[in-house]
Amino acid sequence: MAQYQCPDCSYIYDESVGCEREGYPAGTKWEDVPEDFPCPDCFVREKPDFEELA
Amino acid sequence: MSQSHTVNISGHKVDENKPLSAKDKHWAGVKKYWYLITLVVPVSILISAGLSYATEQGAWMWLLAAVFWIGIPVVDGIVREDSFNPTAEQELELQKESSYYKNILYFATILNWIALVTITYVVISGDWSWYHVLGAVLSVGALHAVGLTMSHELGHKMNDKTQVLFAQIGSAGSGYAHFNIEHNKGHHKDVATKEDPASSRMGENIYKFALRELPGAAVRGWTLEAERLKRQKRSVFSLHNELLQTLLITVVGYVAMTYFIGLAALPFLLASAAYGWFHLTMANYIEHYGLLRQTLENGRYERCQPHHSWNNNFKASNLLTLHLQRHSDHHAHPTRAYQLLRDYDDAPQLPHGYPAMMGLALFPPAWRYVMDRRVVDWADGDMNKVNIDPTKRDAIFKKFHSEPLKKNEPIAA
Repeated sequence: MAQYQCPDCSYIYDESVGCEREGYPAGTKWEDVPEDFPCPDCFVREKPDFEELA
Repeated sequence: MSQSHTVNISGHKVDENKPLSAKDKHWAGVKKYWYLITLVVPVSILISAGLSYATEQGAWMWLLAAVFWIGIPVVDGIVREDSFNPTAEQELELQKESSYYKNILYFATILNWIALVTITYVVISGDWSWYHVLGAVLSVGALHAVGLTMSHELGHKMNDKTQVLFAQIGSAGSGYAHFNIEHNKGHHKDVATKEDPASSRMGENIYKFALRELPGAAVRGWTLEAERLKRQKRSVFSLHNELLQTLLITVVGYVAMTYFIGLAALPFLLASAAYGWFHLTMANYIEHYGLLRQTLENGRYERCQPHHSWNNNFKASNLLTLHLQRHSDHHAHPTRAYQLLRDYDDAPQLPHGYPAMMGLALFPPAWRYVMDRRVVDWADGDMNKVNIDPTKRDAIFKKFHSEPLKKNEPIAA
């Protein structure tokens, strides 16, 4: 399961955890997250800005 | 002496070798206690209530309105600015002490509610003139405004349930139930664009702005929450709706006060709340007036940077509002805690603290006289770069626009 990080506030989207409070259940693949998904902590970066963690 | 730069936690360069003056060192040590000045707001209301009750002099109900509109601007004018930025090492210290800074917010949130109940009891149970009650409404409106500042700070920490709960309790004080949702997910995302109802346009006066911002923000807050619940496959009319949760706190609080204090409490509470909302509108009006994020080649807006918000360092009002006026850093990095917010040399500056600027905004010609040329300077005379009221576009271009000397290169993505 891959992880993607917000470059501003360091929030990590972990596919195995998802983001329940924003309506993306655990297991939601990054590719299934919409392009306009904003960082659910800072809301000033969007999906295309996120960086994949090695 | 050569200076090395290190990158601090917000990714900005910090002059590591720049020695702190003795005065700065002292300020760094004591500033944490000065933030307690924000408690002047609920305490003023409690003093108002106590003295009005004890002396039967209703003029005391004007106390907080006078502190806000006269006291703070005067102190700002005397004490002037605080542009102190902590060093990288001090920032780590400030982060370690984060519970102290959070506790101020929790305490203020509770005290604001206590102050609201107390003043409502005194106003409704006494025999006061209309102008005493007016003073109470204006004072409670200022209480709500600073209360929303607390809930604003707490509401940005979306990954901490305690802070989010206190943000809701804070916003509920003035019944501004959609605030935290709309502010984080709407205003911050769209700030300084034509789409944002909470970013004011050059030439738009505060009253016109209020008619666009108040309904626009409410609709956006509700829409965003409905979309979130839809993704969660839940009904929008459920207790999972965070907007309705906050509204429920307001309803319980206001109905309880009306039941125990008297029916007249309800119109007093509603009038004060409505005026509190207008206070927030005034703050929104002055924070991004005319500023516009440019569109990139890929069609997205450029990222929000410090120069997309009006900043100011006036000391007294910044302590009172917990660094809200360090707005440039706040919008560039919305999750940063208030004690860490920095000043930037390149951020556009308001000429005075929020209370004085909000007062100025109430007189549109005076506001435009002071602010329009600042917007023009900010845009280097190129009015294509400015967020302009469409009905004022031609007049503003005629008066202020000058072609840039060189044709600007398209901004790289």
